Amino acid sequence: MSAVRFTEDHEWIRTEGDVATVGITDYAQQQLGDVVYVELPQPGRALARGDEAAVVESVKAAAEVYAPVDGEVVEANGALEGDPGLVNRAAQAEGWFFRVKLASPAQLDALMDEAGYAKFVEGL
Amino acid sequence: MGTAASSASGPLQTPLHALHRERGARLVPFAGYEMPVQYPAGIIAEHRHTRGAASLFDVSYMGQATLRAAAGHDAATVFERLVPGDIVGLAPGQMRYTLLLAPDGGIRDDLMAMRAADSATDLLHLVVNAGTKDTDVAHMSAALGGRATVERHDDRALLALQGPQAAAVMARLAPDAAALRFMHGAPVAVAGFPCLVMRSGYTGEDGFEISVADDAAEALARRLLAEPEVAPAGLGARDSLRLEAGLCLYGHDIDRTTGPVEAGLAWTIAKRRRAAADFPGAAPILAALVSGSARRRVGLRPEGRQPVREGADILDAAGDVVGRVTSGGWSPTLDAPIAMGYVAAGHAAPGTSLAVTMRGKAVACAIAALPFVVPNYRR
Repeated sequence: MSAVRFTEDHEWIRTEGDVATVGITDYAQQQLGDVVYVELPQPGRALARGDEAAVVESVKAAAEVYAPVDGEVVEANGALEGDPGLVNRAAQAEGWFFRVKLASPAQLDALMDEAGYAKFVEGL
Repeated sequence: MGTAASSASGPLQTPLHALHRERGARLVPFAGYEMPVQYPAGIIAEHRHTRGAASLFDVSYMGQATLRAAAGHDAATVFERLVPGDIVGLAPGQMRYTLLLAPDGGIRDDLMAMRAADSATDLLHLVVNAGTKDTDVAHMSAALGGRATVERHDDRALLALQGPQAAAVMARLAPDAAALRFMHGAPVAVAGFPCLVMRSGYTGEDGFEISVADDAAEALARRLLAEPEVAPAGLGARDSLRLEAGLCLYGHDIDRTTGPVEAGLAWTIAKRRRAAADFPGAAPILAALVSGSARRRVGLRPEGRQPVREGADILDAAGDVVGRVTSGGWSPTLDAPIAMGYVAAGHAAPGTSLAVTMRGKAVACAIAALPFVVPNYRR
């Protein structure tokens, strides 16, 4: 089973077993506009929750992508290097950023579910 | 634009505000106004549409004013006290890019000045920046000391129709405007609305800037947007277009602390004015013309695809700071990041290898000739 959780910094994280996929939300890509560059973490890098894990730059702005949980990077989405616009077209699917092996799965409980995030965005 | 159109405490709105919302614009604060940064098409698509067809920009935040001489004076002659350009030499309806200078040679603002198209009328139409319009008018009024008056037109909107197909659109709606030469303007009815139309812009493309009364602006904008070539574009595309064209953005690439020589704007100082040395800051500016400035505005091409941003340090091979980025972003035409900034004169030659620090990392950059994209003006 997979569940998607969300952060207040507009990352999403979908867990499948002990590995989770992380990206930025559709709301975040809309706010950024046309994405032209993405810098991804190297596989093997140990991330602590809140670490700056990736950078996303649009025509107008730059933004950090923070690690939503502790874990080791097991894969980065190489497709974004040649086609950063994938973040705009499919932020919550093919436009994922990286995958981590979860160190503390219980950290997920502190994140918002889809309804909670929708409500959070509505209040912005 | 119309302070009357704003709410008591919120940002100012232009007469096109409702139209922007209707077209799905993403609105951001800009110079006290709430303006579209982009429409649903997005900045890159809006940029490409401007280079390929025609885009309509709402630039009503710009300051519009009329300078009229007092009895016994001549508008162009008295205005030359404030700027280094040849204003006296302007033909009726001709306009020029010029600079409001401070006594130390710093740039108070950059602006467009146009002589009235009707040769019997002695006045100049001025278009100044949004962020400086209050101080500009106060400064000009004080410095003109009764020889002329400056009247603001806060009841007028300004629309920019820009792109290679702008002239074809104008030919249908205002044949007289389509016949204007580059950097000339005239009072013309556009689709029946009385306007002041200038063949000018800030995109590096052929195009028109259309001054129209607030209460006619939305109807005119709708009429222009109904033409098949025209799509709306926001501040994001306006910025990437002007950066590709190598044009300065006041408050970023030029300001009170930069002079015209180091900014690469010495071409705005007319030959006659150099000889007469009769403009504000003439002594330091003419000295810089002779001896060269210590730093120079340059173009930068970062390696790779990561944009570099305003404020970033520029380093030489030894890692010493030799300059600073003043505008940085993405060029849709080159499909690459581009930037402008100031570097020490010894590093300003095109091709020089430097680096820019972004997030603590050095990104290799080469000095590039400006403009990045050759303008397509209709001379």
